Parts: sequence; C-alpha cells; structure tokens
Amino acid sequence: MIIAERKPIKELLEMLAGHDRVLLVGCKGCVTVCNAGGVREVGVLASALRIARRRQGRPIEIDEMTLDRQCEPEFISWLEEPLRENGYTAVMSAACSVGPQYIAERFDNVAVMPALNTKFIGGTLEHGVWAEFCRACGNCGIHNFGGLCPITRCSKGLLHGPCAGSSGGKCEVRPEVDCIWHLIYTRMKNLGQVDKLKALKPAKNWSGYWSGGVRRVVREDLTL
Amino acid sequence: MKAGSNLERLLKSGQFTITAEFVPPATGDRGLIERQARYFKGHVDAVSVADNMGAVVGTASCAVSKALLDLGLEPIMSLVTRDRNRIALQSDLLGASLLGIRNVFCTTGDHQKFGDHPEALNVYDIDSVQLVNAVRGLSDSGKLLGGAVCDKAGSFFVGAAANPFGDPADLMILRLGQKVRAGADFIQSQPVFDLEKFGHWVQLAREEGLIEKCFILATVMPLRSAREARAINERRRGIEVSKEIIARLEGVPEPEQAREGLRICAEQIQALKEMKGVQGVHIMSAGREEVIPELIKESGLETARARD
Repeated sequence: MIIAERKPIKELLEMLAGHDRVLLVGCKGCVTVCNAGGVREVGVLASALRIARRRQGRPIEIDEMTLDRQCEPEFISWLEEPLRENGYTAVMSAACSVGPQYIAERFDNVAVMPALNTKFIGGTLEHGVWAEFCRACGNCGIHNFGGLCPITRCSKGLLHGPCAGSSGGKCEVRPEVDCIWHLIYTRMKNLGQVDKLKALKPAKNWSGYWSGGVRRVVREDLTL
Repeated sequence: MKAGSNLERLLKSGQFTITAEFVPPATGDRGLIERQARYFKGHVDAVSVADNMGAVVGTASCAVSKALLDLGLEPIMSLVTRDRNRIALQSDLLGASLLGIRNVFCTTGDHQKFGDHPEALNVYDIDSVQLVNAVRGLSDSGKLLGGAVCDKAGSFFVGAAANPFGDPADLMILRLGQKVRAGADFIQSQPVFDLEKFGHWVQLAREEGLIEKCFILATVMPLRSAREARAINERRRGIEVSKEIIARLEGVPEPEQAREGLRICAEQIQALKEMKGVQGVHIMSAGREEVIPELIKESGLETARARD
C-alpha cells in the first residue's frame, strides 16, 4: 500500500492561515490502513486544528468527511454538493497526493492543501512501523535476487552486491535498516542459487520508471 | 599494452607500484593544485584523483587529472556513479580520453548523506560493476552502452575497489569476481589495518583464480593519532583499526603519535611488498598529502618515477 504520514500541525496551520471555513477530507484506502488519514485521524486532526486556531484567537470552522477512496474520480464527485452549499474556501485532503490533485483539478474555486506527506510504497513491519519495499520502477526483476528488491531496499540501488558501507548486516545510510544484500545473499545461498548472483547484470532499463516521463497504464480490454 | 599508461606498464612489468590519493579541494585555483602536486611528484608512480570524495564537492576529477598530467604526473581519474548517469559518465570518459588520461578508477561513491549536500538527489543509474563494464566496452571496441560505436574512443586501464574486510568473506570474493569479469585491470582495496585478515582475503582471491586476472593494490592510511584511529572505528563502518595499532599509538605521547602512525604505515608497506599477490600500495592520506614524501622515505621504497 501507499504509506503516508501526517504533516506537523504547525505546517498545516501555516497553510490554513487566511481560511476560516474548511473541509477536511479523509480517505478509506491505504491511508486508513496506515493510520494517517482515515475517519479517526480526520477527527483527531480537525479537533487539533480547531483548538490551535482558537488559541491563536482566530477560530476556524472545520467540517469532516471521509471518502471511500480519493484516487477515484467517482468518489471525488461526492464533494460537489458540500463544496457548492457550504462556502468552504479550502479543502484539506488527508489522502496520498493523488487525492488533493484530483480535488484541485475538479474544483476551480477552492484552495486545496495536503494534510499528509506521501512517503512510499510499503508494508507494515510491526504495529506503528512501516517500511519501503517497492520503488515502482515499472519492470520488476526481484526473482533474480531471491525475491527481494535491491533497487528499493539498497540505499544505492546496487545490482551486484553490497557496498563497502555494509557492516554487520546493516546499512551505513540507515543503521536500523538491514543491508538487503546480506538478506539476498543468505537467501540465494539457502536456495543454492549463488551462481545466479555472479552473472553481470546489464545497465537497468529505467524507461518504465519516472525517467520515462509521467507514466500511464492503459488496458484496452477495459477502456470504453 | 592495452591502454598504454605508465601505471599499466609498471604493473605489467612486475614492479611494486605506489599510488596515492589526491582529494581535490573545491577550487578554481590552478596554483593550489600545483602546490599540492609537489607532494606526489617523484614520490609516487600514479595519483588517483578523487571524484567528489565523501560526497563533498571538490574540483572535477577530469580537470584535476589533466592539470596533473600537465605537471608530468600520471593521473588515475576516479568516477563515481552517484552523481552522473550513464550519458554523463560516458561523455566524461571520452573527454578524459581526449585529454590524454589513460587510467580510470570506478566506484559507486559514498552516499550523499555523508557529504556537504545531504539533501541532494542522487543518481545511481548504473553501479560500479556496470561502470567498469562500460569503460571496458568503450576501451576495447569503442562501444557505448546504448550500442553506438565511437570513433577513436581511446583505451583505458581500468580500476575498481574491493572490500577485503566485509562480511561474509565469500560474498566479498564474489563481488571481486564480478568486477574482474566486468573488465577491471587493477583493484584498490579498502584501507588495510589488519594484515592477517587482508592476507586471508588475498588467499581466497587466489583460490578463485582472480589474482592472475587483475593487479591488487593494498590501500594504506597513515594515522594521525590514537583518537583518529578510534574515530575511524566508530564512524567508518567496514574499516577497522586493530587493537594492536591503537595500543601502539597510545604508547607514545600525543604530539608524537602522528610520527608513530607514519612509522606503522611504513612498516605495513614493507610487509605488503612481501605479500604474494599484492602488486603495490595505494596511499590514502585523507587530505594530508604533505606526509607522502616522508612516508615513502620511511618505507624504504623508491618509486620508478624517482629512479627515472
């Protein structure tokens, strides 16, 4: 899933300066699962912002709404009526950055701001801890590395083993992170596939990554 | 002779070769480069010019290599894959060839987190093994990674790094093998502070049949003080100064520790000269180039350049 994290209240207050009537919109997709922008987080954030603004001597009205998903135009259309009827000057989106962009493209007369920082494609390590597993390079080759991704999980994206900064099975860039090359090597050894690692890998084709320009997936069989 | 460099000639002749690292400061002052160069000239066989070492901005290795060439020194141009993609790297290689630079040293480079621009975007389009392979292709057939063939691309004597002290040891050897197969002519090790462990790695490399396929240069680093040695152990993961060396440094008063460090380093050079499979040493002076002449003298080695 997409892992996101709420921005600091101070930064959000700076964004909201000059706005007194705002709609805070959550999302029931990934950001609910990673506890950043679901119904509960939207409620807590709205209260925190109201309290902070009251203390600043400039109260703010914040209404709350959480959409099934903000990455679908169909659900974004649910915002039409509240935005038309209630006179909000800003929408703060607590979704990954797809949400606020959809809202901005759809509604001309309202300011749009992100409540979250979209962090990465990842998974849960333990309660309250998430880690990155995929860089969405668009051309998955993890079967060559024992099913583990060195593009994402090596700090330098190395394809031929660990750098000299790897020590005691840990990465020098973030010592709390395992050196993925140690995990790959151990796994390949267990699988009896170390010879596979000896082969030289050609320079990676990055055209399926952001390097190839803004990406799209078109499924002809699904288009109308 | 593939590249026709002096370094290649020396190593192939079986000569014990001494190279040293030069970390160019961030300067546009040619005079400064010239002043630093006097610590190398007549003392070492070739000078390895760092490419933004430690992810700290320094003057371009290509330009500094040319400046050293003009001063009659033999440069080894370093290239890291951290800052440039395959287009820029190959362009720099062709530029180096045009300037008469014949030795290239390829690494991935330190992560930018440790440098003076920790907020920079990195590149890592290709890794060090792929860069070695790219230099080899350009050198042998003028072929670029994209497939086009260049006219008179020039030939390079290609170097790569190896870590004899990483774990597990067989993975380190596997990585050395990849670099040799990619086309590395010479290998510079991580700094050696444990001769026994280094000797073991050389032995493993020999058993894999890699020693015959490349020239091994052992990196040595003169230590300034026991405090510096301890700091290396704390900060530089993957490099470890042995307890014996630290004890020896601590055994002399602090003002004399740098002198003792030089003596230890000179002894290491002498021991490495006798080690089978080691073809030379690479001096990493960590920005203290001025100690090189004394270190060479102390080690009792005269270089081929000094003899000429």
